[in-house]
Amino acid sequence: MKIKLIVWRQNSPTDKGRFETYNCDEVSPDMSFLEMLDILNEKLILQGQEPIAFDHDCREGICGACSCTINGVPHGPEKATTTCQLHMRKFKDGDSIYVEPFRAKAFPVIRDLIVDRGAYDRIIAAGGFVSVNTGGAQDANALPISKHYADLAMDAAACIGCGACAAACPNGAAMLFTAAKISQLAFLPQGQPERKKRAIAMIKQMEEEGFGACTNYYECEAACPKEISVRFIAKMNREYMMARMFSE
Amino acid sequence: MNLDAKVPSGALKDKWDNHRFEMKLINPANKRKYKIIVVGTGLAGASAAASFAELGYNVEAFTYNDSPRRAHSIAAQGGINAAKNYQNDGDSIWRLFYDTVKGGDFRSREANVHRLAQVSANIIDQCVAQGVPFAREYGGLLDNRSFGGAQVSRTFYARGQTGQQLLLGAYSALMRQVGLNAVKMHVRKEMMDIVVIDGRCRGIVTRDLVTGKIESHVADAVCLATGGYANVFYLSTNAQACNVTSTYRAYKKGAAFANPCFTQIHPTCIPVSGDHQSKLTLMSESLRNDGRIWVPKNQGDKRKPADIPEEERDYYLERKYPSFGNLSPRDISSRSAKQVCDEGRGISATGYGVYLDFAESIGRLGKHVIEERYGNLFEMYERITDENPYETPMMIYPAAHYTMGGLWVDYNLMSTVPGLHVLGEANFSDHGANRLGASALMQGLADGYFVIPYTIGNYLAQNKTDKIGTDHEEFKKAEAESTDKITKLMNIKGKKTPNAFHRELGKVMWDNVGMGRNEAGLKKALVEIPKIREEFWNNLTVTGTNENLNTVLEKANRVADFLEFAEVLAHDALERDESCGAHFREEHQFPDGEAMRNDEKFAHVAAWEYTGVGNKPIRNTEPLVYENIHLAVRSYK
Ligand SMILES: Cc1cc2nc3c(=O)[nH]c(=O)nc-3n(C[C@H](O)[C@H](O)[C@H](O)COP(=O)(O)OP(=O)(O)OC[C@H]3O[C@@H](n4cnc5c(N)ncnc54)[C@H](O)[C@@H]3O)c2cc1C
Ligand code: FES
Repeated sequence: MKIKLIVWRQNSPTDKGRFETYNCDEVSPDMSFLEMLDILNEKLILQGQEPIAFDHDCREGICGACSCTINGVPHGPEKATTTCQLHMRKFKDGDSIYVEPFRAKAFPVIRDLIVDRGAYDRIIAAGGFVSVNTGGAQDANALPISKHYADLAMDAAACIGCGACAAACPNGAAMLFTAAKISQLAFLPQGQPERKKRAIAMIKQMEEEGFGACTNYYECEAACPKEISVRFIAKMNREYMMARMFSE
Repeated sequence: MNLDAKVPSGALKDKWDNHRFEMKLINPANKRKYKIIVVGTGLAGASAAASFAELGYNVEAFTYNDSPRRAHSIAAQGGINAAKNYQNDGDSIWRLFYDTVKGGDFRSREANVHRLAQVSANIIDQCVAQGVPFAREYGGLLDNRSFGGAQVSRTFYARGQTGQQLLLGAYSALMRQVGLNAVKMHVRKEMMDIVVIDGRCRGIVTRDLVTGKIESHVADAVCLATGGYANVFYLSTNAQACNVTSTYRAYKKGAAFANPCFTQIHPTCIPVSGDHQSKLTLMSESLRNDGRIWVPKNQGDKRKPADIPEEERDYYLERKYPSFGNLSPRDISSRSAKQVCDEGRGISATGYGVYLDFAESIGRLGKHVIEERYGNLFEMYERITDENPYETPMMIYPAAHYTMGGLWVDYNLMSTVPGLHVLGEANFSDHGANRLGASALMQGLADGYFVIPYTIGNYLAQNKTDKIGTDHEEFKKAEAESTDKITKLMNIKGKKTPNAFHRELGKVMWDNVGMGRNEAGLKKALVEIPKIREEFWNNLTVTGTNENLNTVLEKANRVADFLEFAEVLAHDALERDESCGAHFREEHQFPDGEAMRNDEKFAHVAAWEYTGVGNKPIRNTEPLVYENIHLAVRSYK
């Protein structure tokens, strides 16, 4: 396959940035999107040009490192698929593809397609945990948890923290990410003691990081490679309201 | 070189208790005066860093990833073992201990493995308390599955994302401490070197991957939890950035490297599809609970799998190992796959593949059960191969996966450099010559949550350190060395990319130091590796500058270490003139192809000591004494 790539290049956070066009002539349908970039990069290096910088690590769709916006959609057109798991068979010979970094106010570009998603870590540090020190836990089976709630918690916990939700949201909101963690812990008995405090602290941090508000576009759910449901946002809103009304 | 393992006295089951009592303690109020550096924030590093901070130590943690949540541990799929005996099927600490020593083909240290089995149960308790959503049964209790090399169900799991959920648990504990300002977290920083002052490890030198800045960090003790080196084979199931740099550079500063040739090849990975391939994707071993592995009985049978009748299929694992069948240990399953492919009975376009077939279990249990158990793995398979495993069998082939070898550590997880501790996959301690499935997560978290928090206190209490700053001459020297290395890489200005060298090295390693090894091949590798290295230092090209985020430079810096380390690995494989576990020397096998150990000559750990690049390192040994287990020929028949 022949593919034309129009890629965002930006040397540093302060550089203005621009699109550059590259022609990839020998693309195999079995390649992943990132493998196509690898081959282009090898070619660029041999021509003495700097390769396109992009984040990636596991290449299995689980670490959440890869983060391109492909033809305007975070992680590209394929449903429930990260960029690293997107294969070129999903494109046609002769296609032109626009590749950009995840864009959100709270994700400054570091270089080319790499952005700084440290804001997500800070949201977790604000309350996305259960405060138990190592060593004090009781027997794991001492507290049965209904399979229904354990499964719901797992559905929420599947979030890989990639940032696609914020990049997809017209408001640049991090609601889906934050809601997934708040919901996971709210479904479990272990999360109860800090339930209210957690909701308030995480939402406060989210706002301080410069993420926008939710106005129900649902673009986040559509872009989420792990198909985290927007129902968790509704749950988070309830959690937040209850916490505000009855906070200790 | 002193390889005193410092195994405590007493009966095996009392050793850890005795030791915990005998260890020196540090007054809670004094702990904050001690600084501990943790390099790597995967399961082992994140759990250690969080636990240290909870105890009151002053902690700095480092990762080259943009967040601790991205560490390679996140990719573990199948599960984590623990001797809980929740299934009432006869499990016990002793059985987990025995299975692990036997699975490792009797090349691990009894006392360490027994401690691992002892603390395994606490890990599950801790993770559940953190909110890790393990799979549960309808009654609300925890569910288990079986893994290779065991006949009990002791594996806890969270769908096909166990590593992710465990890491997110450890990460949340770590981030809690970051939020409390008890841990200073450094992301996108790569450790370049350790610094040894007056015989003790007193800090590290790092390179900031965004600005290129070389920086020093002082501490009273350092922990490396930097993972394994399977990427020495270029293609492996590891994440792209996994590398040997931190442990290899510690080795160059005096830490012994133990059993580097013990590398595990995982039997169930998606086969290579072309030259563009950048990694091999694992299909969790848990699939072998319900999938049956087979190849056609006849050579070159190119029919579609559905057209090959039952009687013309060879379910070779079930045939050769009736009691463990498809759940035979990894080394045995991988070698058997290679064997049938070498006989010309392999499938897939390349002839290097075997079927993993779910038809029978879908018929028996229904598609929905299989979907619930493995849905996400099936989806991943389909995404990569464009084939639907509910309808046609998966194609799989072995791939480099895990490294049992690593820096030598004593019972306290301290390397041969005092003050330098090593945790998780980066150390060599518990898995001998072959790791059983679901035991790496267990070991990483055992080290981080339940072993090092005790033993590091014992070290600190007995080793008062002088106050030093980063202006100490040893730090300045280490910084200069790191800067020189970067400058050298930037200035070669040759014609080949770091990736091209890595690929070349990987091929030499896979062909000669891979699943089957022999003297001639290993000697060949020892000729080839230095040649590639020499070309690297004369013909490498690195674009861009040091002062900006530079992915080419990052890669070159890592490949440079692989090119030196590979030689140590090959030396180890050559000198270990026996077969054991995953180390299969073709010269030493029983007539049926099983590995033939030589306990008389090789019941020891080989710990290599650095003597200069290109020089043959010194092979030191730590004898392995089995007081509780009878060394037997491993049988899974
Ligand atoms: C695909 C796959 C599936 C697996 N499935 C299972 C399973 O089901 N069960 C099981 O028990 N095991 C499994 N394993 C093995 C297991 O996941 C690993 O052995 C284990 O997670 C390693 O944890 P770790 O903490 O030692 O290292 P890692 O998780 O690899 O973490 C290494 C850390 O070190 C950092 N680092 C490395 N070098 C440097 C440096 N120079 N400077 C700064 N930071 C550095 C990295 O950034 C990272 O944070 C699997 C492995 C793979 C590849
Ligand atoms: S590289 Fe890990 S999710 Fe894509």
